[in-house]
Amino acid sequence: MSEAVAVHGAVDPAETPLTPENWGKLGMWLFLAGDAMSFGGLIVAYGALRHHSKSWPVPAEVLGINLTALMTFLLIVSSVTMVLALAGLQDGDKPRFKKFMSLTILGGAIFLGLQAYEWTHLIGHTLPHYNLAFSKDLFATTFFVLTGFHGMHVTGGVIYNSCVLAAVNRGRYQAKHVEIAGLYWHFVDLVWILIFTFVYLL
Amino acid sequence: MATTAHSHHNYIKIFIILSVLTAVEIAITLLGLPRTLLVAMLVGLAVWKAALVALHFMHLKIEKKTLTLVAIVPFVLCIFLSLMLLPDVYPR
Repeated sequence: MSEAVAVHGAVDPAETPLTPENWGKLGMWLFLAGDAMSFGGLIVAYGALRHHSKSWPVPAEVLGINLTALMTFLLIVSSVTMVLALAGLQDGDKPRFKKFMSLTILGGAIFLGLQAYEWTHLIGHTLPHYNLAFSKDLFATTFFVLTGFHGMHVTGGVIYNSCVLAAVNRGRYQAKHVEIAGLYWHFVDLVWILIFTFVYLL
Repeated sequence: MATTAHSHHNYIKIFIILSVLTAVEIAITLLGLPRTLLVAMLVGLAVWKAALVALHFMHLKIEKKTLTLVAIVPFVLCIFLSLMLLPDVYPR
């Protein structure tokens, strides 16, 4: 025991080592770091291809900003409901957790519905009007690859969050599991903030 | 209990800041600013918003520094990737 104390004493008091309670979070952060590099690679490739293209449509004109701004706001709201759900469970208030977790899942599902509507509208009306199409030109291709890769992440997040809600309801998951799911969900929100700027606004 | 109440208040504050920053982003695209200035401002705002999410919602501000270190690595590598592509993007 005294040896353990001595070992602890040798550690810089500003930083305690990661304890087993942190391993789940560390695992998720390592996954997210890899995932961030996938998104980073796609965004950097998008920038290089766009810079090299002789002509590039004005994204705001072709894609429209209003619906996407609403989608951005929706993801930010669902991030807030996620932290409030976690705070609820940490306070031991299960009904509050269920309420906010359900709202988080609903927010993700509405986001996906809006994205499906956006894609349908783009493929059916807007892109043909500008003579653009997936795999025919870089503007449409990079758009669908980037937003599609993100949309897959949202889909995964909605499924993940639903499983976490069910597992907490059955008493199998506690607050620490919700926190790890939260990291994933906030990451999806964070990436959308960047995609909104690079793909839609710039 | 007082600390949790405080952190809830904080979440709502961050939410309001994120919403305002999003509105600012859309507003400055309508101003007709010079391209370089617009790009610099929009990228700055996006990084600011992303940092707010990571620091407050993902708790990096109160987390152990090891996790922050993990989070910073892909960011640094992506900047490195961009720099490595510069000779291709600006051929002489």
